[in-house]
Amino acid sequence: MRGILKLSLTEMKLFLREPMAAFFTLVFPLMMLFLFGSIYGNKPSAFFGGYGSVDMSVPAYTAMIIATSGLLGLTISIATYREKGILRRLKATPLYPQTILTAQVSVIFLMTALGMALLIIAAKIVYNLKFDGNPLNVFLAFVLSSMSFFSLGFILSGLLPTARSAQVVAMVLFYPMLFLSGATIPREVLPETIQNYAQFLPLTHVVNLLRGFWIGNGWAEHLKEVAVLSGMLIFGVAISARTFRWE
Amino acid sequence: MNKKVIEVKNLRKTYGSVVAVEEISFEVYEGEIFGMVGPNGAGKTTTVECVEGLRKPDKGELRILGLDPQKEGYSLRQRIGVQLQETALQDHLKVWEALDLFASFYSHPVDWQILLEKMNLAEKRNAAFNKLSGGQKQRLFIALALVNNPELVFFDELTTGLDPQARRNMWDMVRDIREQGKTVVLTTHFMEEAERLCDRVAIVDQGRIVALDTPANLIRNLGAENRVVFTINGEFKAEKLNELASVTRVEQSGDRCEIYGWDEKLIVDVVNALSKNGCAFRDLRTEQPTLEDVFLALTGKEMRD
Repeated sequence: MRGILKLSLTEMKLFLREPMAAFFTLVFPLMMLFLFGSIYGNKPSAFFGGYGSVDMSVPAYTAMIIATSGLLGLTISIATYREKGILRRLKATPLYPQTILTAQVSVIFLMTALGMALLIIAAKIVYNLKFDGNPLNVFLAFVLSSMSFFSLGFILSGLLPTARSAQVVAMVLFYPMLFLSGATIPREVLPETIQNYAQFLPLTHVVNLLRGFWIGNGWAEHLKEVAVLSGMLIFGVAISARTFRWE
Repeated sequence: MNKKVIEVKNLRKTYGSVVAVEEISFEVYEGEIFGMVGPNGAGKTTTVECVEGLRKPDKGELRILGLDPQKEGYSLRQRIGVQLQETALQDHLKVWEALDLFASFYSHPVDWQILLEKMNLAEKRNAAFNKLSGGQKQRLFIALALVNNPELVFFDELTTGLDPQARRNMWDMVRDIREQGKTVVLTTHFMEEAERLCDRVAIVDQGRIVALDTPANLIRNLGAENRVVFTINGEFKAEKLNELASVTRVEQSGDRCEIYGWDEKLIVDVVNALSKNGCAFRDLRTEQPTLEDVFLALTGKEMRD
């Protein structure tokens, strides 16, 4: 027990020492918030169904953080740990293998949550963020979305032979998803054909779910998203249990 | 005879169609430094990793400290120390954090501050892993292997990639670890290391142990000749030395001579004969067969780095 706590704490420190990871999870979303907030403000508009631009960006940027953590952060760190033999060294201690992976997942989850929290706090203070949903629902949606993306990260890190190739493939999947899912650019401004194609991107469902819960929708209105993300999670765990490699 | 700490019977391990360990059996006794030598790919590391419980053997009976490494891996890892080949720590992990972290994995850790001093890392306690030199990293890995005060310590290619000075320091550390009553198992492809450090050595080739004994016995059983080597100043036909009773063979190329023989008196006879013939020589030295020669004779291979 002491081992897993210490390992998680250490991994958290290491995360904050890694400038790239910390920047994209914690700082970059805030930069986006302030950049577009200063351009568009947060006046309620009919375009966003009576919400302001910032109100709708906060759940969308949260989806961006989830994708960054799951697809880039987790994939690259697991693949790197494997390639360097760090996983092997940890496995030679009395730690149980699942403990080692649990620590990795908890840390990246906490950092993702921290990124979201910073975003909400900043938007509340600076732009008087409007929130009409149930906080518990939003939190559960956040957990489901994070875990399903983390499982994607595990698949990638298991399937790809090197840290370098894992990074490249993760980027190739990440960037189109980032721009087409509505996580950065509001989906409303994209052409309809692209919006249709975007239905095939997992991140689109995260954006839909978080935005829906944000404005007070209930679970009944988002069964599709919940089904897609749960399916992804189950699929991801099943696949990565078979493909995960320690070295 | 001391207590057995390792018993391996008929170990076999394959990776797909590649046979890493054909069949290996050996025992290691409490308090000894046991070495496995052999070229890369001989199966040393696979053997050691099966013993540590990190790999599942295809076949074989293994008892390590009385435990089954597969079924009782958790208890075993509490009691052994491991330094792995080709491993690393997180780039930004500081030396003290690594020790503090690894100490937290064990039920009875030692005070790692003492290890830090002992391994000469006290000055580097706040240095990140990726800022350490090869020797410092290796010392940190030794410290991590000792953090649970293990009864049995494994060193896999401990000194590969280190300069000669650092290598000698490592040897002293290994001897010191044994002085504390621990058993040490090490693999190396430096014959000199095995010869100087190990009480017993297993020579491994193509997944089998081809010889296992003390370095002195291995060399004696090889039955190789001693050699006297020198350089002549001026003219001299070394063939004349063949007349000496202790000489079995003479080789000369230019002014460089190598005289072979069994007898302990070989060097005395050769030097006397040279001075009697008024032959001036320089750079004279004797060469005994080494473990390297044993290895060559047994496997027909040069040791490759």
